[in-house]
Amino acid sequence: MKIHQFDVVVVGAGGAGLMAALYASRNANTAVLSKLYPTRSHTGAAQGGVGAALGSEEEDHAEWHTYDTVKGSDYLGDQDAIEFMCEEAIEAVYELEHMGLPFSRTSEGRIAQRPFGGHTNNVTGKPVRRACYAADRTGHMILQTLYQQCIKNRVRFYDEFHVIDLLLANGAAVGVVALELSSGELHVFHAKSIIFATGGHGRVWEITSNAYAYSGDGVAITLRRGIPAEDMEFFQFHPTGIFKLGILITEGVRGEGGVLLNDKGERFMEQYAPTVKDLASRDVISRAMYIEMKEGRGIGGKRYLYLDVRPETVNKYAAQDGRKRPDGSPYVVTGEEILSKLPDIVDFCRTYLGVDPVSQPMPVQPTAHYAMGGIPTNKFGEVVTDENNTVLPGLYAAGEVACVSVHGANRLGTNSLLDLLVFGKYAGIKAAQFANGTQFQGLPTDPTDFTRQQFDTLLNNDGKEQAADIATEMQSVMNDYVGVFRTEEGMLSAKEKIQELKERFKHVKVDDSGKTFNTELLNTWELGNLLELAEVTTVSAIARKESRGAHARDDFTKRDDDDWLKHTLAWQRDGDVELRYKPVVFTKFQPKERVY
Amino acid sequence: MQVKLKIFRYNPETDKKPHYETYKVEAEPTDRVLDLLEYVKNYIDGTLSYRRSCAHGVCGSDAMRINGVNRLACKVLVKELKTSKITVEPLLGMAVHKDLIVDMEPFFEHYRSMLPYLINDEPPPKRERLQSPEERDRFDDTTKCILCAACTTSCPSFWVNESYYGPAAIVNAHRFIFDSRDRGGPQRLEILNDQFGIYRCHTIFNCTLACPRDIEITKAIGEVKKAVATGKLD
Repeated sequence: MKIHQFDVVVVGAGGAGLMAALYASRNANTAVLSKLYPTRSHTGAAQGGVGAALGSEEEDHAEWHTYDTVKGSDYLGDQDAIEFMCEEAIEAVYELEHMGLPFSRTSEGRIAQRPFGGHTNNVTGKPVRRACYAADRTGHMILQTLYQQCIKNRVRFYDEFHVIDLLLANGAAVGVVALELSSGELHVFHAKSIIFATGGHGRVWEITSNAYAYSGDGVAITLRRGIPAEDMEFFQFHPTGIFKLGILITEGVRGEGGVLLNDKGERFMEQYAPTVKDLASRDVISRAMYIEMKEGRGIGGKRYLYLDVRPETVNKYAAQDGRKRPDGSPYVVTGEEILSKLPDIVDFCRTYLGVDPVSQPMPVQPTAHYAMGGIPTNKFGEVVTDENNTVLPGLYAAGEVACVSVHGANRLGTNSLLDLLVFGKYAGIKAAQFANGTQFQGLPTDPTDFTRQQFDTLLNNDGKEQAADIATEMQSVMNDYVGVFRTEEGMLSAKEKIQELKERFKHVKVDDSGKTFNTELLNTWELGNLLELAEVTTVSAIARKESRGAHARDDFTKRDDDDWLKHTLAWQRDGDVELRYKPVVFTKFQPKERVY
Repeated sequence: MQVKLKIFRYNPETDKKPHYETYKVEAEPTDRVLDLLEYVKNYIDGTLSYRRSCAHGVCGSDAMRINGVNRLACKVLVKELKTSKITVEPLLGMAVHKDLIVDMEPFFEHYRSMLPYLINDEPPPKRERLQSPEERDRFDDTTKCILCAACTTSCPSFWVNESYYGPAAIVNAHRFIFDSRDRGGPQRLEILNDQFGIYRCHTIFNCTLACPRDIEITKAIGEVKKAVATGKLD
C-alpha cells in the first residue's frame, strides 16, 4: 500500500474533473485520478453543443435560457442554481474559446450556434440558436481542449487508477483508495478536499448511449459511505439512439432540420408539440415515440422510427414551418451542408447501419442517456448530506455524478456540457479554498480495509453465477419497467428482480486472481455499483406517485405539485433504501403547465 | 455464423512468453469485433484483458491489430473482414502489459512534446477571438484525432525507431500550427526539425489507412514538412 498526500484530489478526468483540476491546481497541490486515460472519458462522446445565450446569430438572453431550463426540468430544478449556471454560461464558453477550442464559426467569425430541443425565444416561443458547437463533436473538442490546458499547466495525473472507496474521518472527507490497474496495488490518497467527477450510470439499462465506463462508481461509493443520492428516479432517455445499439444521434440533427417520421411517413411530433415539434424536450419526444410504437406505427410495426435528415425532407418541412436563416432568407440545405455539419453522425450510420443519412432515413429508438440525479450538492459543488443541505466538509461533486439540481426532472440538450464547465470550475475553486484554510485530518487506522473486503467477497465465493447474466437481466428489467413509461406493478417486479440479482451477485464468479490489469475484477465491481443504483432508482421511482419530466407513470399520469414538488433523497441503510425529501428552490418562476 | 477468433495472449505473472488462443464464437455479421471479445471475456475466459469504453469509435481505447491491420475493435464489423477467421493482436512497437493492453506512456510523451495546446500570450478580447470559417477549416481535419495510436503504431519508421515522434504527435502539432489564433508554430516547427522529427516520415501512407477517424494524416504531415522546410505557414 502506498500513501500519497495532496491538497486536492479529483476523481475522474472528463470535462468536470479536468475543469475542476485546472482551477484547483492554480492555488493548491492537486492530483487527478482516472480509471481511464483522460481523453477516453465519456465527455468526448457529446456531440451537438454547449448551451450559452451568446446571441451570435440572433437575439438571446441568459434569462431566456434560465426559464427554458426551469421549464425543461418540469419545475424540479433549483432556480437559484439554474440562474447561476445560465449566467455563467456565457463567460464559460468564451473561456473555452480563449483556451483554444475550435468552435465552428459564423461568416463573421463568431462562435456558431444551432437550435436545440427546448431552447426558445421566450417572446415568440420559436426555437432559438443557443447551442455553441464544433461540428457534431463538441464534447470531443471540450475534452481535448481541457486536457491540453492541463498539460500546459502541468496538472498531475494518475492515469488508470480506479477509485474504489472514499475515506471519512470525524465527519469530513479525508481521502480515497484507488487500485492501480497496471500493478494491482492499492494506493491511499490522503487529501484535504476531494472532488468526485466520475460521470453517470447509463449501463443500468439495456439500450444506452453510455460508455462501458459509465458504471455509477461515484454514487455507489458515496452511498456505501452513508451519503444520500438525490432524484435518482429521473434518468433521461434520449429520443434518438441507433436502433438496437443505442449509439447517440445528436439532437443537432433535428436542430439542422431533421424530423422524426412514423411508419405512415407522418411527422408525428406535430401532434404532440405543435409549436416546436421535433425540438421539444427529450422526455416529451421519447414518450411520443413510445406511444407511436405502442400504437403500431413503428417502422414495419417494429420498435423503431425514422429520423430523416435528407435534404429534400429537411427543405420540405422547413418551408412548411416558414423557417428562415438569420439573414431572413428561406432555410434550404444541401447534402454537402448536412455532411459538413454532422460528419460523425454520417460516419456512425455508415459504419454501424450501412445507412447513408444524406440519402436514407436513420432507424432510431430512445436510448438511456443521462442521470439527472446523483450526489447532492449546492451550487458551489459542495456535497450536502441531508434535507437541511448540511455540507460535508472536504467533499465536492461536479458533472453528471452530481445533482445540484439544475436539470430537475429532465435535462435540456446542451446543458450537460454547460453543467460540467460551470460546476467543475466552482468545485475546483471551492476545493482549493477549503484546502488552503485547513489542516490534513488523520486517516482511519486501516484505510484500505473496506476496499479489501469488497474485493475479497468478489474473489472468494462459490462462483456459481455469471456476471454477464446478472448484468443482462438487470438491464432488461430496467429497460422494460423503469424506462420511459412506468407502472407500480412493473416497478415492483423490477425491484424484486434487482434484489434477487443482488443476492445472486454474492456468488458471482471472477476467474482472474492476478494483479496486472485485472479488468475482470474491476468490471465485476462496477456491476455491483450498477445493481446498487438500479435498486435506488427503482425504489425512488415507486415512491413518486406522479408524472414529472423523465418519470412518466401510466397509473399517475399528471404532475402533482401539491404533493411532489420536492427532491428525493435516498440512503442505503443495512440493505434497505430509506427515502426522505427536500424542497425545491424557487426564485422567479412559479410552476405552470408545460406545453411545447 | 461461426467465427474462429485467434487472440494474442500474454500474462506477465504466469507466462514466460506470449502465445495465441483460438475461440469459436457465434457471431452476427453486424457484430463489432469488440462484441466478440466481450463474449469471450464474459463467457469463456474472464482473464482476457483489453481496454474499451465508448464502443462506438470516439474514445480511442480499443485500437488493436485485427487481421494484421490497426483498427478500433468497436468500429470494425465482422462482415467487413470478409472471413470467419479473425486474428486479434496488440499494437506493434509498444511494450505489452497483458494480452491486448500495451504501454501507452511513450505515445503520450511524444504527444506532449508537441506542446499540444494553444500558445498565445496576447490578452484575449472580452468575447471570442474572431476566426473566419476558412481559417477554421484550415485545421479541421486534425482536430478529429482521438489519440488511439492506430496511426503511429502502423508506421514503419516508428517501428525502426521508437524515438520518432510519430504521425499522431505530428497530427496534433498540425492542429495548432495551422490555427490562426496560435503563435507557437515556430517553436513546434523547430522541435519537429530534428533527427526524430518530421523527416522520418517517408510517406508510406500506413497512418492514413489506419486512422479510424479518416484523418488525411500523410497530407497533414506533408503540410508540416513544407512549413519546416520553408518556415512559412500558408
